[in-house]
Order: sequence, then structure tokens, then C-alpha cells
Amino acid sequence: MKCTYACNSAEHTMARRQFLGGVLGGAAGVVGGLGALAQPSFAEQLKKEQKRVLVFNMAGGLSQLESWDPKPGTDTGGPFRAIPTSVPGVHISELLPKTAEQMHHLAVIRSINTRQGDHGKGSYEMFHGRRQTPGMVFPNIGAVMAKALGSDKRSLPGHVVVSNSTGGRGNNAAYLGPQFASISVGSGQPPKNSARPDGLEEQADLLRNDFRRQVNDQFTARRRTAKTDIYTQNYEQAISLMNQRDVFDISKEPQAVQDRYGDSEFGKHCLMARRLLENGVTFVQVSHSNYDTHNENFNFHLEQLGEVDAPFSTIVADLHERGLLESTLIVMLSEFGRTPNINKYYGRDHWGNAWSVCLGGAGIQPGAVIGKTNENGTAVAEREVDHGHLFHTYLRAVGLDNKGSFNVGGKPIPMADPAYDCIEELII
Amino acid sequence: MTFFDETSEPAKTEPTQVHISQQWKYEPSPLINCGFDPSGNYVFATARDFALVRFSLADGAQKIYKGHESWSRGMAFTHDGQHVITGGCDDKIIWWNVNDEADAPAPVRTVEAHKGWVRALAISPDGTLLASGGNDNMVRIWNVTDGALVREMSGHVKDVYSVFFHPSGEFLMSGDLAGQVKQWETATGNEVRNFDSKDLHTYNGGQKVDYGGVRSITMSPDNNMIAFSGLYKATNPLGAVNEPLITLFDWEKGEKAKSLVMDNVKGILWRAEFHREGYILGASGGSGGGVLGFWKPEEEKAFHQLKMPDTAVEMDLHPDGVQIATVHYDRHLRISRLEKKPEEPAKEG
Repeated sequence: MKCTYACNSAEHTMARRQFLGGVLGGAAGVVGGLGALAQPSFAEQLKKEQKRVLVFNMAGGLSQLESWDPKPGTDTGGPFRAIPTSVPGVHISELLPKTAEQMHHLAVIRSINTRQGDHGKGSYEMFHGRRQTPGMVFPNIGAVMAKALGSDKRSLPGHVVVSNSTGGRGNNAAYLGPQFASISVGSGQPPKNSARPDGLEEQADLLRNDFRRQVNDQFTARRRTAKTDIYTQNYEQAISLMNQRDVFDISKEPQAVQDRYGDSEFGKHCLMARRLLENGVTFVQVSHSNYDTHNENFNFHLEQLGEVDAPFSTIVADLHERGLLESTLIVMLSEFGRTPNINKYYGRDHWGNAWSVCLGGAGIQPGAVIGKTNENGTAVAEREVDHGHLFHTYLRAVGLDNKGSFNVGGKPIPMADPAYDCIEELII
Repeated sequence: MTFFDETSEPAKTEPTQVHISQQWKYEPSPLINCGFDPSGNYVFATARDFALVRFSLADGAQKIYKGHESWSRGMAFTHDGQHVITGGCDDKIIWWNVNDEADAPAPVRTVEAHKGWVRALAISPDGTLLASGGNDNMVRIWNVTDGALVREMSGHVKDVYSVFFHPSGEFLMSGDLAGQVKQWETATGNEVRNFDSKDLHTYNGGQKVDYGGVRSITMSPDNNMIAFSGLYKATNPLGAVNEPLITLFDWEKGEKAKSLVMDNVKGILWRAEFHREGYILGASGGSGGGVLGFWKPEEEKAFHQLKMPDTAVEMDLHPDGVQIATVHYDRHLRISRLEKKPEEPAKEG
């Protein structure tokens, strides 16, 4: 999604070379197939129970002090108080009262040190688990999950970004192939142009698609390439999506359910995310903007988290009540946190040295708190972790072998940066 | 004893000669709000370490009051000069003794006032009522004597940023984040009318934030004009790119008469006050630093501006009409005087 930052930095965008690399890479395989990817003890379960991932991207840099790691009464604490949660002894910011009631389903990592204060680089690292390296292009977490959890066998796209954008496909799958790249949907409505045109009869549509398949088959019988496979897959996925477009339509939900998620854009996006996950989409990303609060940090967090708290806590509770939380990893992340220092405009600036992420569900220990910062939040005091540790942990939480690799043209490429490992104590 | 002579004819001020005459630093933290007590002997300031600090105007001596569990933005004084009242981001209103000489002054009275920050306080002209506005979009009126709730008014749809009693006492005004100012009948709580000062509000679709708000309300000495202060031209709310603004309304018509701006200043006009001589003074703070501005109501641009050493975040006018208190991010309380700076004594030799 397009995010306008206070510091005028451009949102990370995929380079043309990266896009072409992704297309030419075609369909990467998983070394050893699904069985090798999965932990042996989870392999059977994975086949029976589809794992899913829901990522909330708090664009611009959510303040850890106004969310998961409050420091009230210190020189960095600001005006907000800490409140108790459903986990004894664990407190979070008073800006998240409803989320506090769901903390027994969630966990917090309070000791992240990415040393990164750049929007684009921070976002890349948090979504890829690696630093950007010239000449190397990696798939992001959504594409990795869509591929590794087997969503290419599903009728709906495996990687969906719910935002206020008008649609389109992202360039974030790299060598996994564009069928694992994100599809953007938004506004609580089905994707644009996903309905059969009024002037086109159903029978005529079936006939023309049959004809397209026939011509394709003739062509690919002699000239099949990765590109032609992707072309075919994209068409078939689009047809499948058109047949299930109601999944994207939140007005199909009972009014009482819509009311619980609220009338805000974020609330609608959360409800759509739940519908997508329930209908088999493997990875859903919901973005919320904007937390780049160099000015009036407290007024803006009051507004933004006031919009987030109820829908976020509702989807956590809903997934739990529907029995889906055990198989759905939830992550609320940003590109970085915000400075403990409060500047002269009542703002907080970019800060990657001691910040937090909230996650839960799937294989995550409910109620866990990993690491801690010092008294006023200016440094990590215990159990420092980086973006690479987080990426490994996400993979393990959904039962994947975080040390596993993708087979790209016969060459194994590790799914996660081999320099890091999983946060073991956070995994059930 | 008061620090100024209430019996003599007030001195004519010279706003173009305004200068900083004194400054004192509160070492523990930056300051948030300030107000002169009715005697004029003290300036009270609130700070980011949750303290209320009493500065003696005579010598800058500090007395620290602790009781809030968060920052305090609202401040008012009882007319008898006995109590300073603060409204905090801990939802509470606290009464304190102005002349408390205890080592650790304790609150006189604490009231749970709003579900959300108490952003603003005001005392009625007869001194019997206290008005508060908060983040629960509510305006409430309290009995000054015992802290009892008298009545409450709903109608704002955004946080209430400012409250102000009409000098007649008949009406209470409240301004919100959306730039809407409601006129309430004090005796009944009925809404009389709404002043649409939407110029003071921006919704930035790119950043998806509401920004601005009615930061202060003031009325002309003849009660014909009411002014609201804040900001406009908010091209980058998250980056503090905006300019100070006063919207001046005709009281009778309820219509905007004029916008008053500053020259080449980026910031928020945290407070504007009509001086008894008819001009408006205000303090701006933000990315353009701290600036005191002075306007004639009939002229769009400030006729004088004083650049201050650091960004200002609040201002108050002394009962003598000559001294201005401002509080700053650099932990200083500064006193400026609306008169010519005394000449330095000639150096010998």
C-alpha cells in the first residue's frame, strides 16, 4: 500500500530487475518437497490442517512505548499509562484496552534490535528476514508462506494484501514465481474487475476459456517454459477468484458481526482478513497507517490505536472461538519502533535499537513475553533479537523447518537467513 | 501582598518593545503548560515528569507538587487565589493549595473527570464553576467549592481541546480537534450554536491522520469578537509542517471575520489572548521555533514577532497585562515584558 511518511522517504518498491528476476525464476520447488520442509512431528498435521498467517503492518513505525512496552513515569514514558492484561504481570499501553483482554492468546517480543532507522530498509528486513543485498532478490514472508504451506494447490490466491489500494499484484515473490506474489484487495469489496462483464453470458465465458486452454495446450505442448506456466496459472487463479468473489465481500457477514469489527477502514479490513483466512487463503497482510509520528506522537497514536484496538482484539477472539487460532500465526509488526526520546514537537523519531513485536496463535507460546528493555527503554537489556530471528520464528511457528531451503533451478536457497535461528523459547 | 499594584492605572504596553526579562530552568524535564496565579506572585507550570511547579516571580524559587500520574494540560485558578486546579492525561482534575509550603504538597481534592485526557480547564467569571473538556468528547461543569459534577454536555465528535467562559458567564465555549466550537448555555447545558472554524483542522488522507484543533479561545475586550487559535497549512502533519493561525469570528453573527497569520513561521499557535488594549498576542511553537506574535484584529498579518530561544508550548498573560509567561521544550520558563527594555547602566571608564 502507498504510505506517506512524515520524513518523505519513499516506500520500498520492487525494482524492475527484481520483478524480471522473479518472473524468470519461475516455479521454484521446495527441496525435498513438503515433507522435508515440515518438522517430522508436524508433517502429518500440516497435511491435515492448513496453517495460515495474518500479518498486521503498522506502517511508519508503531511506538513500542505506546503499545507493547510502556515505560510510564520515566523520562521517556510520555503521558500514557500501562494497564494490566489477561496475563498476570504483563502490562501494555492503555491505548490497547481490548487487546489487553486478549493477551492470553498473544505474546510480545520486547527486545528487538534491528539497528535500522530507514523506512524502506526496515520494511524489507522485517518482511524478508534479511538485509538487502545487491544482486540478490528474496521473496517476502507472504510469498514464502504461500509457497511453503502449499497454497499453489488452493483455489484462492495464497498471498493477499488487504489495504485501501485499488488492487494489483505485488512484485514480492522473487524466485518463487509471481503466483506467490501478493494480490491487493481493499475497501471491503471484491477485487476490481472480478465480476463477469454484464455483456458476457456465462456460457460464452466458458466457451472462450475452453478455447484459450485449447490454444494454450497446443502452444505449450512444444514450447512450454516457466513463463507459459505462470501465464496459465494466473488465468486459472483469476477464474477461480472470480468464482469465489463473495469471499471478499464483507457485506455477506451478519450485521452484528460487521458491527463488532466497526465501521473504520481497518475494521473492515480485519473482517475481510478473517473471511479470507477461513476460506483457505494462506497469508493475509493488513496494513494500517500511519505511525511515522515525528510530530504529536501521542495525539496520533491515540487516534491510530483507537482505530486498531477493537478490530484487532475482535479478530484474535474470533479466530480463537472458531478454532482457527491454533493454526493461524498472527504478527503485528512495523519497519522499526520509535525513539524513547520525546522530541520538541511531542514526537518520537525512527528507532530500531530497542523495540517490540506482538505475535500469537499457531505454535507461539500464549502469554509469553520475550526479552526486556532497560528501565526507560533506551536499550535492550535481555535476549536481544534481530529481524532474522523473527523470520525463523514465524516459519517454525507454522510447523515449517526454518532451516529448510527452496530449490531454485537445482540450487538450494535457504528459506530464512542461515545466520539466524528461531527464538526457541517462544515455540510451543 | 501582590506582586503588582492593582489600584493604580494600568501602564500602557508597548508590544513592539517586547523582550525576555527573566528565565528559569526546571532541570528535571521539559515543561507543558503555565499560568499566573491571580495574585501575580507566582507562575505555575506543569512538566513532563508529571510535576506541577510553582515559580516565584520574585526570585524564581521552585516548589514542586506531585500527584498526577501523567502529564497535565489543563490549568485554572480559583478567584480567591487559594487554589490552582490542574487537569491531567490521567483523567483527573486536582485542586492544590497555591500557598502550600509543605515539603511535598498534597492534593486538596481529586476528581475523576473524563474517560480520557482532561485537555482544558476554565473558571467561570463569577468564580463558582469549573469547566473541563476531554478526550471522551465531553464537556463537564464542576462546582469549584466541592468538586461536584454540576452538568455535562455531549455533542463534540472529536477530542475537546479548549474551554472558555464568555465574560458574561452566560455561555461556555468549547473547541475540538475538528475545529468546531460549541456555545453552551451555562445554566442549562443546552447547545446554543456552533462556530465552524474548520480552517483549524486538517485530515491528511495520505497519512490518514486528523490534525490541528482549537488550541485556545479568547474574546475581545468589547465582547464583539471571539478568536480561536491553532494551525493551518498542515501539508505534513506527522512531520510538523504547518503554520500558526487565528480565526477571528464576529460574535453576534457567528461568522468568520478574518484569519490572522504569522510571517514565515512554522508552528502551532498554542495560545492566543486578547490584551485589554485590544490587540491579540499569542505564542507559537513548532518546527519554526518559539515565536511571540502580536496582531491588530483588523490586520491579517502580525504587526510584531519576537523570536524566542526555543520552541514554546504554552503562554499566559499576567494580571498586570505587562508580563507574559511562556514554557519551553528546553525546560525553561521565560518571562517577557510588553515594554521597552531597560537600558544597561553605562559602564564606568
